Amino acid sequence: MLRTLLDRLATTLPALAGVVVVSFLLTRVLPGDTAAYFAGPAATPQAIAQIRSELGLDRPLPEQFARYVADLARGDLGRSLTTGQPVTADLGARLPASAELTLFGLALALLVAIPLGVAAALRQGSLVDHACRVVATAGVSLPVFFTGLLLVYAFYFVLGWAPAPLGRLDAFASPPPTRTGFFLLDSLIAGDLETFRASLAQIVLPGLTLAIFALAPIARITRAAMLAVLAADFMRTARAAGLSSRRVVVTYGLRNALLPVVTTLGMVFSFLLGANVLVEKVFAWPGVGSYAVEALIASDFAPVQGFVLAMALLYTVLNLGIDLAYGLIDPRVRAAA
Amino acid sequence: MITRRTALAAGLAAPFVARHRASAQSPTRNETLLLVQEYGPNSLDMQGIGASQPVNGVALNCYDRLLRFKPVPIPGGSGHAVRMGDLEGELAESWQVASDGMSCTFKLRDAKFHSGRSVTARDVKWSLDRAVSIGGFATTQMNAGSLEKPEQFVALDDKTFRVDFVRKDKMTMSNLAVTIPFVIDAELAQRNGGGDPWAKEWLKNNVAGSGAYRIESWKPGVETIYVRNDAWTSGKLPQLRRVIARDIASPSTRRALIERGDADISYGLPPKDFKDLIDAGKIKVVGVPIPNGVWSVYLNTAVGPFTDVRLRQAVAWVLPYEKILQASLFGRGLDMSGGPETPQVAWPQPYPYRTDPAKAKALVQAAAPNGVSTTLLFDAGNATVAEPMAVLIKEALAGIGITVEIGKVPGANFRGEISKKTNPMVLNRFAGWLDYPDYYLFWTLHGANSIFNIASYQNPELDKLIDTARFTDDKAIYERSVTGFVSLAEREVPMVPIAQPTHDVAMQRTISGYQFQPCREPDFRYLTKGTAS
Repeated sequence: MLRTLLDRLATTLPALAGVVVVSFLLTRVLPGDTAAYFAGPAATPQAIAQIRSELGLDRPLPEQFARYVADLARGDLGRSLTTGQPVTADLGARLPASAELTLFGLALALLVAIPLGVAAALRQGSLVDHACRVVATAGVSLPVFFTGLLLVYAFYFVLGWAPAPLGRLDAFASPPPTRTGFFLLDSLIAGDLETFRASLAQIVLPGLTLAIFALAPIARITRAAMLAVLAADFMRTARAAGLSSRRVVVTYGLRNALLPVVTTLGMVFSFLLGANVLVEKVFAWPGVGSYAVEALIASDFAPVQGFVLAMALLYTVLNLGIDLAYGLIDPRVRAAA
Repeated sequence: MITRRTALAAGLAAPFVARHRASAQSPTRNETLLLVQEYGPNSLDMQGIGASQPVNGVALNCYDRLLRFKPVPIPGGSGHAVRMGDLEGELAESWQVASDGMSCTFKLRDAKFHSGRSVTARDVKWSLDRAVSIGGFATTQMNAGSLEKPEQFVALDDKTFRVDFVRKDKMTMSNLAVTIPFVIDAELAQRNGGGDPWAKEWLKNNVAGSGAYRIESWKPGVETIYVRNDAWTSGKLPQLRRVIARDIASPSTRRALIERGDADISYGLPPKDFKDLIDAGKIKVVGVPIPNGVWSVYLNTAVGPFTDVRLRQAVAWVLPYEKILQASLFGRGLDMSGGPETPQVAWPQPYPYRTDPAKAKALVQAAAPNGVSTTLLFDAGNATVAEPMAVLIKEALAGIGITVEIGKVPGANFRGEISKKTNPMVLNRFAGWLDYPDYYLFWTLHGANSIFNIASYQNPELDKLIDTARFTDDKAIYERSVTGFVSLAEREVPMVPIAQPTHDVAMQRTISGYQFQPCREPDFRYLTKGTAS
């Protein structure tokens, strides 16, 4: 197990190095002049030049890169010009917000998608199967900002059930003491049920928006994987042996179908984490996605590089976790490795 | 962990949670203002390099200046705006311009910084020295009012301060009231500066002022919370004790929040939303035509087809002014066409052109019988307004034989594009803080060729008129110069004004005391919250 872990880690290092180089070059190749943007209105050419030299943008590229790598080695991702804060601090504050929202949305999606996928596979061609197809198609074809706005309109604006979409907490509530950065967990740790309820109320709509989007791939993959497993010999044997249908489907069927589902899950998670920009915008969620996009529009290099790097790291760790989970789900994978 | 139970509870609890919280907050909400805006400050130091637009709000509310603009009622009675030269003391108790008109002496009032220290003339000197030396926008803005070097600022004693003028400039005094020359607790800043004489890094994250509000918490990109400084003596103590400014990127969400009554005041909605809110009548919308702000088409006079004045005039004769005002600004602005033949002493003012395609066609026929192709650029950051504008312009120009390709440029690239000065046609909105015609044209058409002279216009005759108007103190000469350069600009049309946009703010009916400031950021010091008005 440890051996596998170390092997895997070693292979990710070149990939990370590649990400560092590419993210640096890409942000430099992009058109746009950071200095001119931040010089603000009524800037003279001298003022722009002064800002450029202050940001070190007038140096040759190799020198800028050497500086960047040296800073990186010290754990310094640079400073964001849009928020004025160190990028590590910004990411540290925003990553938990994105992660909490994404996990919440994903959990909601799983709760619906897996039973739906299983049911659709068991009763192929039935009403459930058609429902699964419709839900999956609708889920992917509705853009998230549209679903988000629709939910805000219905549940906040018209019905008044949901709280104001003001971000992670109501403007008048104070956040729980930071332990995990997840407000839901932190408030429970602090035993503050009031704050727990408040943050739960805030996360429901954006979580639902993400869940609707994530539902489709998970339900489809579950259905496909289940179909393949249901046709397998061991399933026939299990049924012939007179096991209860629940035991057959859940213990033997689902467990064997989980491998592709978990793989998809990993992809959906990392995709959602970076791509839920629009949900973050609609619900004023202070996450990393909107942070990176704002920075990109302003040609603010440091946050973009930091974001790409953080995502690459996260993706690597996630893949590693999934690889290890394979072994737990299906011992044959462990043996093959 | 998130279990099925919490997830289910979420769905079930949501309605109760929302209602429960609303009733629990009501007592404190009366003294608290909830403001929603597109994005918040990226620093707390407006003099610092790279400070974003909302930082002006921090300077306004958390710091004091020597002078401030006197509130001037907005016609219609829904708040106040400002008028150039109409000033009152903020930190200054009184001031006196010397008889030769070449200096001004200020007497400071007894005011205290948030730290408890008394404000002294040395703090004022340090702060103004900083503004003219720090570089970037702060220094540019100071220079615009002939405040150029530290030697101009003299601390005579603890409470007396003098500004020496390098030349007579009517903008100097008004420029002391904008958000840049604010007064910093010099001792506190220097102590925390850590070797940097201007304490740039520290002041970016800390307020060391004497203003009406202190910063209670600042989470960049999320929210800024202001609390009232109860010891403020530089004006009437504000009514609002606490202001929460939340950054809500999506305009639809900002509109929903104000319409539902959850936010008290909302900044920066698209013009269409403001129009809808006005039509619905539930929410109060206060609009001020942005002083010295105009949407214009800049036609490059140095390169490309528009070096020919006839083609520039053709554009001015064909723009669908009224249609643009309705379809892109939704009526939230003033038309800049159909003005008198002889200009007034004002800026912006309607040019004598109006939509007359026949006249425009004849001019194009004479100048370029085979027609011309060109590009029209605008800043993607302004797309809500600029995109429909550009489409209408393209449509109108197609009718007279000018083929236009529209280019939408992201914010960071836009500055780069206009500084190249090679684009034949650019759509842009420029607004100057100091509301003088000569100031506006100095930035946009003067031969000094600032980045905003997008048309790259060079004309010594115009330069002379602008310079005369800037530095004369003779009213007759001033008026003659202004009408002179405006009629010259109308004839030559390197810049075709389309509309003067309105600066709108939406607020609940319970909010009054709105004060418009040239920096266009909210001034919490005058706002009050009470029963519906």
